[in-house]
Amino acid sequence: MNRSTIDLWVGIFVAIGFGAILFLALKVGNLLTLDRSPGYRLEASFENIGGLKLRAAVKAAGVVVGRVERVRLDPKTYEAIVTMRMDNEYQFSKDTIAAINTSGLLGEVYIGLDAGGDTQMLKDGDRVTKTQSAVVIEKLISQFLFDKASESPGGKDQAAPGAPPAPAPAKAAQGAKK
Amino acid sequence: MSAETATGGIAYWLRRLGGGVTGGIANLGYASRFLLAILWYTPAAFRRIQLTLREIYFAGVLSLVIILMSGLFVGMVLSLQGYESLKRYGADEQLGILVALALVRELGPVIAGLLFASRAGSAITAEIGLMKTTEQLAAMEMMAVNPVARVVAPRFWGGVISMPLLAALFSALGIFGAYLVGVRLIGIDAGAFWGQMHAGVDFWPDVTNGIIKSIVFGIAISLIAVFEGFGAKPTAEGVASATTRTVVMSSLAILALDFVMTVFMFRGATGV
Repeated sequence: MNRSTIDLWVGIFVAIGFGAILFLALKVGNLLTLDRSPGYRLEASFENIGGLKLRAAVKAAGVVVGRVERVRLDPKTYEAIVTMRMDNEYQFSKDTIAAINTSGLLGEVYIGLDAGGDTQMLKDGDRVTKTQSAVVIEKLISQFLFDKASESPGGKDQAAPGAPPAPAPAKAAQGAKK
Repeated sequence: MSAETATGGIAYWLRRLGGGVTGGIANLGYASRFLLAILWYTPAAFRRIQLTLREIYFAGVLSLVIILMSGLFVGMVLSLQGYESLKRYGADEQLGILVALALVRELGPVIAGLLFASRAGSAITAEIGLMKTTEQLAAMEMMAVNPVARVVAPRFWGGVISMPLLAALFSALGIFGAYLVGVRLIGIDAGAFWGQMHAGVDFWPDVTNGIIKSIVFGIAISLIAVFEGFGAKPTAEGVASATTRTVVMSSLAILALDFVMTVFMFRGATGV
């Protein structure tokens, strides 16, 4: 094995090795995704963001149109403010509704955008005003239990719809069922 | 009488334990001094860079086939097994991120390290040990050629340079194997496979931590290999047992270091 053959093989080896690292960085990891599509930013405030994470997808009609860039708490209103980085090629009207959805029961949490009919479009730094918070399963379950509890067997004490019944009778009803 | 033999037996075992511990510590000290000597003579070794290139060829290039094939098959098996488990939860689109994280964080550096230890580390030990047995190292010293600079340092650096590249290739080929099985064979959506992977794997810290791990493994394997070779008894048996020790010690060192590094690296990332 002479010298130039060894040099050639070492050169090939090092080149494909660095190629593999580059592949891991760019194709597998997300080293350059943020820089590649600068996009514009939108804000939206939610009462509860559930399990929303950084870099979660922002989808419109199922198509990924942006990513969650930042999540913080508004110190005055105690609402979560989500900053989204949107692709430049997609524009959304002023009356767009942003909702926090989950794909499937265990799937990832994402922000779904429903475009409205306004002719004015959202610009960089604008805030999406119409939002719908995450559905928290625990709250749903307790709501369901309270509703069940308020339906007494005779159906006489009808609770006003929407008004949450007091927890004490709910517990009593649960106990009675057992 | 019986009490005396009992205390004698206990003393014997305690003495063996103590001897083992002090011997181990002494070995660790020799190894550290040996590492310092290698680093000290590295500039002299790099002045004749051709020696190091030759070692990269023997340690790295000739390990390519086994590393690439193993990576491909490990990726394909991970893909099949992961799909079976994820399918139950309807999360089969997450296959890409599962395979990529497993390979980049753990399996790439660890399995590539184990293969590298048995493929290249054993060869380095046997070569240096045989040089010592045939008195080539002594002959070099006679000619005022430092064997650490001429023989040991190039082999050490050849291993240290080859190992991260081999680990990266292992991970890349594994992900390609997972793509072949997951997308081509099973029929997961290619966009979801790459998209989930892209969204879930970060360059910092996932990929970089994998690279750091592979560099540390490279240093550990190469040091153990040259140390065992250089310290081998100059007999056929001595070289044989030194080669065996290289593989065993390197494998244990890789697994132990991997655990320690994982504890420190991914504790902050996962928030556990």
